[in-house]
Amino acid sequence: MKLRSELKNHLKEQYNFRLRLGVAAIVVIICFAGLISRFFYLQMAKYNYFQTLAENNRISLVPIVPNRGLILDRNGVILAHNFFVYTLEITPSKVDNVDNLINDLSKLIEVSTEDRKRFKKLRTQSHSFESVPIRTHLNEFEAAKFAVNRFRFPGVEIRSRLFRHYPQGKLASHMLGYIGRINDSDLQDLEDNEDISNYKGSDHIGKSGLEQYYERNLHGETGFQQVEIDADGQAVRVLSSTAPVPGDNLILSVDSKLQSIAEEAFGEHRGALVAINPKNGEILAYVSEPTFDPNLFVDGIDTESWKSLNDSPDKPLINRPIRGIYPPGSTFKPFVAMAGLEDGKRNPPFNINDPGYFILPGNAAHHYRDWKPEGHGNVDIQKAITVSCDTFFYGLALDLGIDKLTSFVSHFGFGKKTGIDIDGEMEGLLPTPDWKWHRWKQRWYPGETVIVGIGQGYTLVTPMQLAYAAATLANDGVAMKPHLVASIQQNNTGISHPIPIVKSDSIKLNPANIALVRAGMVNVTQPGGTAASIGVGSSYNIAAKTGTAQVIGIKQNEKYKASNIDERHRDHALFIAYAPAEDPKIALAVIVENGGHGGSAAGPIARKVMDYYLLGKVPEAEINPKAEDPVQNVTPTVEEPIND
Amino acid sequence: MISKLSDRLLKHIDSFLMGCILFTCLIGLFVLYSASGQNFDKTGSQIINILAAITIMWAAANIAPQHLERIALPLFIFGLLLLLGVALFGEISHGARRWLHLGLVRIQPSELMKIAVPMMLAWYFAKREASLRFWDYAFGALFLVVPIGFIMKQPDLGTALLIAASGFYVLFLAGLSWRLLLGSCISAAVLAPVFWSMLHDYQRKRIQILIDPYQDPLGAGYHTIQATIALGSGGLTGKGWLNGTQSQLDFLPERTTDFIFAVFGEEFGLLGNVLLLVLFTLIIGRGLIIAAHAQNTFCRLLAGSITLTFFTYVFVNIGMVSGILPVVGVPLPLISYGGTSLVTLLLGFGILMSIQTHKKLVTT
Repeated sequence: MKLRSELKNHLKEQYNFRLRLGVAAIVVIICFAGLISRFFYLQMAKYNYFQTLAENNRISLVPIVPNRGLILDRNGVILAHNFFVYTLEITPSKVDNVDNLINDLSKLIEVSTEDRKRFKKLRTQSHSFESVPIRTHLNEFEAAKFAVNRFRFPGVEIRSRLFRHYPQGKLASHMLGYIGRINDSDLQDLEDNEDISNYKGSDHIGKSGLEQYYERNLHGETGFQQVEIDADGQAVRVLSSTAPVPGDNLILSVDSKLQSIAEEAFGEHRGALVAINPKNGEILAYVSEPTFDPNLFVDGIDTESWKSLNDSPDKPLINRPIRGIYPPGSTFKPFVAMAGLEDGKRNPPFNINDPGYFILPGNAAHHYRDWKPEGHGNVDIQKAITVSCDTFFYGLALDLGIDKLTSFVSHFGFGKKTGIDIDGEMEGLLPTPDWKWHRWKQRWYPGETVIVGIGQGYTLVTPMQLAYAAATLANDGVAMKPHLVASIQQNNTGISHPIPIVKSDSIKLNPANIALVRAGMVNVTQPGGTAASIGVGSSYNIAAKTGTAQVIGIKQNEKYKASNIDERHRDHALFIAYAPAEDPKIALAVIVENGGHGGSAAGPIARKVMDYYLLGKVPEAEINPKAEDPVQNVTPTVEEPIND
Repeated sequence: MISKLSDRLLKHIDSFLMGCILFTCLIGLFVLYSASGQNFDKTGSQIINILAAITIMWAAANIAPQHLERIALPLFIFGLLLLLGVALFGEISHGARRWLHLGLVRIQPSELMKIAVPMMLAWYFAKREASLRFWDYAFGALFLVVPIGFIMKQPDLGTALLIAASGFYVLFLAGLSWRLLLGSCISAAVLAPVFWSMLHDYQRKRIQILIDPYQDPLGAGYHTIQATIALGSGGLTGKGWLNGTQSQLDFLPERTTDFIFAVFGEEFGLLGNVLLLVLFTLIIGRGLIIAAHAQNTFCRLLAGSITLTFFTYVFVNIGMVSGILPVVGVPLPLISYGGTSLVTLLLGFGILMSIQTHKKLVTT
């Protein structure tokens, strides 16, 4: 009985147990069915999605930065090129204490205070996850030394970077410009122009000069490598690659030897010179003095160098040929003369008798003085140019009227950009009554027309404009678009594409009038002319015009005496010329700031440039130009030239 | 002579279970070879682990269940003492105090408890089977809560969870009333916020990340995201052995241990996954059958608990890798690299085999 109940109990218990096992088995099956449906969801329904994610995980596009194009002068002399250097770089986001790290590093590899300063500056300009160079130009020994100790410096690595180098140093720095690290505003520009993908991996971009203007050509097209990467981002293998297209080489029309002769000719003076081939607009020399070393800028200029450049009273960073604006002074006269001739106002035998001053009809009290107080005597148009007779041009300007005068000379490029292939060109100023009304809300006075006749008053030009005008005059009124780059050479094929020679303006001039103005200008460099010394010993004829631009106003009854005035308040010396006068091959404009008189300060520089260009003559020693009579354009007004 | 020897050797081995285990281990070796970046050393050392575990399994299979019943209580007390030792003198590695140095050997007592706890509970319930009352279940729960408390303190959530599960299965199979079961479910729901506040920050984060792994794609969510990418990109047939990009290019973390299933799923696809689940189902099914036919209460409860704990291993690991359960440190049984858990697992299977092969005829 007991046994039976025990057995019954036992069977009941076994039944209960099996029931519970059955429940557990059902739970197992439900759970596994849940897993399998999850597999279906992941591996069938969302397969494409996860497939894409897996591919994105493993494939990365690595940009291959193209080599930047070279800049060569017309004879193949290298002005800008690239080379690889080892740099030691720190990624600040990977480092706890950057200062301590640099101190430790400097025990291993020399780190100068300049390096530290530059690093500090660059660091503020870049994101913390970008690597910033602490040392550049590591030699092999230093690179090896670091490589051995690398494990001690997480967040520091050696990179091989392509560096821009300007082997000629300070030569033609304003023309070449420089490249610098891409900053936020550059990025914005790239984004706006939809160029941003081409700059993946690029660190540098042209910041000024030709480097900036021809950035698209010089940069080239970035190549890409599709690489398989692991979770650390290390490349495992290359899947495919598109080679970069190196940037185009720029072959300039500038002759670097001519350029260096011109720069040296300035000596300690500040100023600008532009020399152009009048027949095709090729720029032969482009000088802005003082210059600077563009190599300083390539990987970020240190604060001290920047300060000394930026704060210098000599303003070496100003690109004077296109951004320096000066009153043209008497260099404006040949163009006024041409206007008078073409208008039939002053054709021979017209002449005046110069008393040494001009008076406006009806206002005898105010004398517009000639630079020569006693006057030039009997003056026709040719002599007026040769001796730079102010009285003659006062009357002529008044006769022509301001509107006719400005509209005529604007064909020589005054008051507008010349279109040179560098950004940032200034327009200068060719004043008109309309302009004055808009600018100052004031009526135009006849006296203002009078002084425009001698290139004073509101009139402002850049050295580039002056050279362009001289070239247009030399080319019989046909203006050729100026350009520094003669041809663009494809780097991989070697094929050169010449920059097209374009006529940018032309004005029909009577050959007789051309001859008259030319004769007047040729006589400037002959005995009796304002730059007689410049023509001494020349085997070719030089057509030229001197000028002087006032820096401070001289009162009605004062006399200008250079020796009394602070050096920086002396007049600017101007000089335009073209030669050979009969068949011009070179036209140029020179401005020597605070140089005094155009013939004596600026003329000799022009002569050296022309001698080398036309004769291949290298200046031997310094020829001291013979001091001439002080020749001054002194305007009777007390106005200062506006610097706008 | 030889056949006689092998007969003797294999007398207590369940050939069906053995076959399934060996096949799964073989698959595991192939996956490990791929996941380790074709590392022969690692694969070789896993082969040694397997051989050692099989030896222990064989030994366990040859011990009659009555002996096991006898050592259940001393083993449990010994295990508790060791856990106490860990809490007092344990060695800390990876932020957890799990190991105990005993002279030459370094042991992980929580691993021992995976067997000792269900044995203890099975013994206790078998002893009290004639007169089970509410207080018996309360005592049983106490045997469960004490070791789990120690292990959670280490902290080792994965092991605590598995031991809790194994103990719960004993309680459930011993006849825990449905009403009580329902009641404890409700009280668990009520106590969940309390439990939540007791969790470590990293444990809480794991549960949050489960709900939205993209909250922290490079931190706590990284494991889950990369594992689901690996599985999903495997598709129907997989990328092929040794060809999984997620696995071979280091995107998958812990891919030889807890996340090895992602490697398998990426390289063998949905078909491979289903095959593996079928194998696991066969093992579980065999275990349940052994439990159903076991001779006495102790054997029944122990066999059922071991089998269902194995299921829990599989479900928690695969659920975690495929992103439906939080990331807890539970390896995939028979596949993941590592000797300790493999030994415990095969010890369990040895006990199953012992239960199956030591049956005596019931006297009627």
